[in-house]
Amino acid sequence: MEFFERFAIPHPSPAIYASMVAIALVTIGIIAGLTYFKKWGYLWREWLTTVDHKKIGIMYLISALLMLFRGGVDAIMMRAQLSVPDAELLDAQHYNEIFTTHGVVMIIFMAMPFIFAFMNLLVPLQIGARDVAFPRLNALSFWLFFAGAMLFNISFVIGGSPDAGWTSYFPLAGNDFSQHVGTNYYMIAIQISGIGSLMTGINMCTTILKMRAPGMTLMKMPMFTWSAFIANLIIVFAFPVLTVALLMGTTDRLFATNFFTSDNGGMDMLWANFFWIWGHPEVYILILPAFGLYSEIIPTFSRRNLYGYKPMVWSMVLISFLSFLVWTHHFFTMGQGALTNSIFSITTMAIAVPTGVKIFNWLFTMYKGKIRFTVPMLYSVAFIPLFTVGGVTGVMLAMSAADYQYHNTMFLVAHFHNTIIPGVVFAMLAGLTYYWPKFFGFMLNEKIGKWAFWSLTIGFVLAFFPMYITGLDGQARRMYTYSEATGFGPLNMVSFIGAAIMAIGFVLILWNVFYSFKNSSREIGSDPWDARSLEWATHTPIPEYNFARLPHVNSSEAFWDAKMNGHQLFRGEYEEIHMPSSSGVPFIMGMIFFVAGFSFVFSLWIPAVIALLGIFFCMALRSFEKDDGYHISVEEIKETERKLGGAK
Amino acid sequence: MKKKWAFLSSMLAFVLVLAGCEPLMVLDPKGPQAAQQASDIMLSIGIMSFIVIAVLTILVVILFKYRASNQPDDYEPPHIEGNKWVEALCIGIPVLIVAFLSFMSVKSNYIVESAPVGYENEEPLVVYASSSNWKWHFSYPEEGIETVNYLYIPTDRPLEFKLYSFGPITSFWIPQLGGQKYAMADMVTTLHLGADEPGEYVGRNANFSGKGFAENTFNVTAMSQTEFDEWVQEVHEKAEPLTEEKFDELLEPGHLGQMTFTGTHLEFSPAPEHTHNDVSEEGNDSEEESDHSGH
Repeated sequence: MEFFERFAIPHPSPAIYASMVAIALVTIGIIAGLTYFKKWGYLWREWLTTVDHKKIGIMYLISALLMLFRGGVDAIMMRAQLSVPDAELLDAQHYNEIFTTHGVVMIIFMAMPFIFAFMNLLVPLQIGARDVAFPRLNALSFWLFFAGAMLFNISFVIGGSPDAGWTSYFPLAGNDFSQHVGTNYYMIAIQISGIGSLMTGINMCTTILKMRAPGMTLMKMPMFTWSAFIANLIIVFAFPVLTVALLMGTTDRLFATNFFTSDNGGMDMLWANFFWIWGHPEVYILILPAFGLYSEIIPTFSRRNLYGYKPMVWSMVLISFLSFLVWTHHFFTMGQGALTNSIFSITTMAIAVPTGVKIFNWLFTMYKGKIRFTVPMLYSVAFIPLFTVGGVTGVMLAMSAADYQYHNTMFLVAHFHNTIIPGVVFAMLAGLTYYWPKFFGFMLNEKIGKWAFWSLTIGFVLAFFPMYITGLDGQARRMYTYSEATGFGPLNMVSFIGAAIMAIGFVLILWNVFYSFKNSSREIGSDPWDARSLEWATHTPIPEYNFARLPHVNSSEAFWDAKMNGHQLFRGEYEEIHMPSSSGVPFIMGMIFFVAGFSFVFSLWIPAVIALLGIFFCMALRSFEKDDGYHISVEEIKETERKLGGAK
Repeated sequence: MKKKWAFLSSMLAFVLVLAGCEPLMVLDPKGPQAAQQASDIMLSIGIMSFIVIAVLTILVVILFKYRASNQPDDYEPPHIEGNKWVEALCIGIPVLIVAFLSFMSVKSNYIVESAPVGYENEEPLVVYASSSNWKWHFSYPEEGIETVNYLYIPTDRPLEFKLYSFGPITSFWIPQLGGQKYAMADMVTTLHLGADEPGEYVGRNANFSGKGFAENTFNVTAMSQTEFDEWVQEVHEKAEPLTEEKFDELLEPGHLGQMTFTGTHLEFSPAPEHTHNDVSEEGNDSEEESDHSGH
């Protein structure tokens, strides 16, 4: 029996048992449904083995929305626990696990796949390519992310969730203070999906550098593609640090090494440094593609070109460079002394300058425009002032002497949610609404969309602005409860109400998908928003080869030029198109990684070794496999183009 | 859009009323370091509000003026690449603001990292504050006293806290006396504080350290030097000495009430202050000391 004890939950509660039953029922339901409707073959052929960037993008999108739900439930439970003093909804251990998984899920398994979804969906279309540079690697990236996400998400029903915070500082995350397997899950699940992210970084950089349409110089790329390029460059430089740090953390926990322990020559501060050398660039990996989406949406609905294209590009380059020089501001209070703090205080504030340039350029893009308040535009318009508040509080936090008072308080929590929610989440929802018709062939309902927008915005303000105040009143973050004497009660209740309103907003978005699927018109053409860049130049639904003939580009808004100024996008005759073949190997590798990860989490060495051998076998197999893809003949292209309505 | 701003401003008013019942702890400083930080915070809130209001005003004017419903159907917006003067302004103003705040930030760094301004002539009181799951141990080496979970301090005298931990990283924080600093297992960090006024203040560990984190608090009582001396006297008369066995018992994970001992644990379990041979135990040269000593 001793063997099985490791799989038990250290602190079981009725909610966890209910989740176990729910997970089992949903799994059985999915299997039964697929069997009943005979969809196994469809699932395997069209999705599990696909290397098509559009389908991979959609799978990222679905995963991100699922994880948003998971992380959101965590958030609601936390706010409910804190809504009144001395609440007993959750005990300390449970609360600690929930805020840890909330952070990890929202950053690694919600925001990351969300940006990868848009990169996958949009980058090849925006640069006029037929797929990414390495389509099969792209599928592997997705399945590694998926394996990591699933591994992390089963933690709360098998063995227990990590409980040392999403930052997982040692020695708290070490074996001395965190004995159950939770932190193993953290180390290994993030490792697996992180390897996937690193591959995406390499893949996207190569795609953008090598596969642009004729005439598209770097300075004629659409702004989202620029943002994706910079974000992926940051991934390539930052993620290896995380990989190494997680590996060191894993060996500390599983093989008794002493990298981060506080004795035997270990150094706990090393983890904090490594974590944030990755962690700070990571927030720019998330925010830059969000900036890119806003830079697509605002021009479309202002009916104007993006103001200051060059400064927009240079500000992103500068932000990416500075993002590697500020990590110490996450621990000004670690005792580095005044000189070090001063240097990092200045570099941190410097980031406000290029970010400010971007804010002003968006404002000037609307100047003299013709502004339509559609749902994507509403998110973008709300983003500007709300993100400005998040940005200026960031500058306040950058004043290191004052940070001694903000650090570890709700003020900080308010700040980073104030940047991530209006910055990243609003951008993703705006992008979702904006690109929905391109990828699904129907529009989302505007009225329900506006209700959702207002719920989220009002809910956001109510949930997070009070935290600035309780933070300055001394409420530390990550406390599972507080006494009535502290006086934090009323404002935390306001936060809870705000969080509940936000939850309503998210439910409205799901309802909108369902409602629009039932009721929206399918006759929307290929350019329903009157947009400007290349992704709108192909048909809806998008043929698997994206463009029958590769577009010729003369500006960053080639499609707008084609519509307004008679620019000829597609020239010449159809030619045979070379496409990559589907492959089941990435999916199988993802599953083997899952088994390997699970085995490492529970120190099951025999399956771990077998799974690792399986991974190497798959890699070797790929090296010896000869697969040149396949070709689509000219007749077939003509047939498809005819069906989709006119040559493009 | 108007509805939204009306809503936002009423929200702000509501929050200010709620908060207005009592001054916020960080903005109600009782010592020179906290006062420095509070004034930095107020200054930055002022400058930042100006920026937010400026952005908001530009946004509202543009949205109002250039909304589609306000324009003729055949209006076709112009193509504008950008203007180097506008761009220079957009870079120049933030650079000036950031430069000013950087200057203020650097200045404050050196102030909060040295003995409090105003009491330079006084001898600092050195207190070793060490944390264990989930308690604080305060050792007064010169007075030969050790307390658990409460701190008595004299007013109008520099306080020099030597911080370290018997467990996870914690953060020693007394909001009304000044900002926090980490206590870690493998090095000693120094926090300079001071109290202007006698009174009771709350202190806590601000850095998440596991299950008992929320209750990891301590009480601080500031009193005049005379009263402080009387307290020291009284402890020596009444309290039991701290033995090694007793101290090991105290380190066990859990929560404890307030306790008082004579002698300190530093005698048998010294702080992790290795290296630097020129540093005096009393911390007379407080500037460079110990902050780099852990490596």
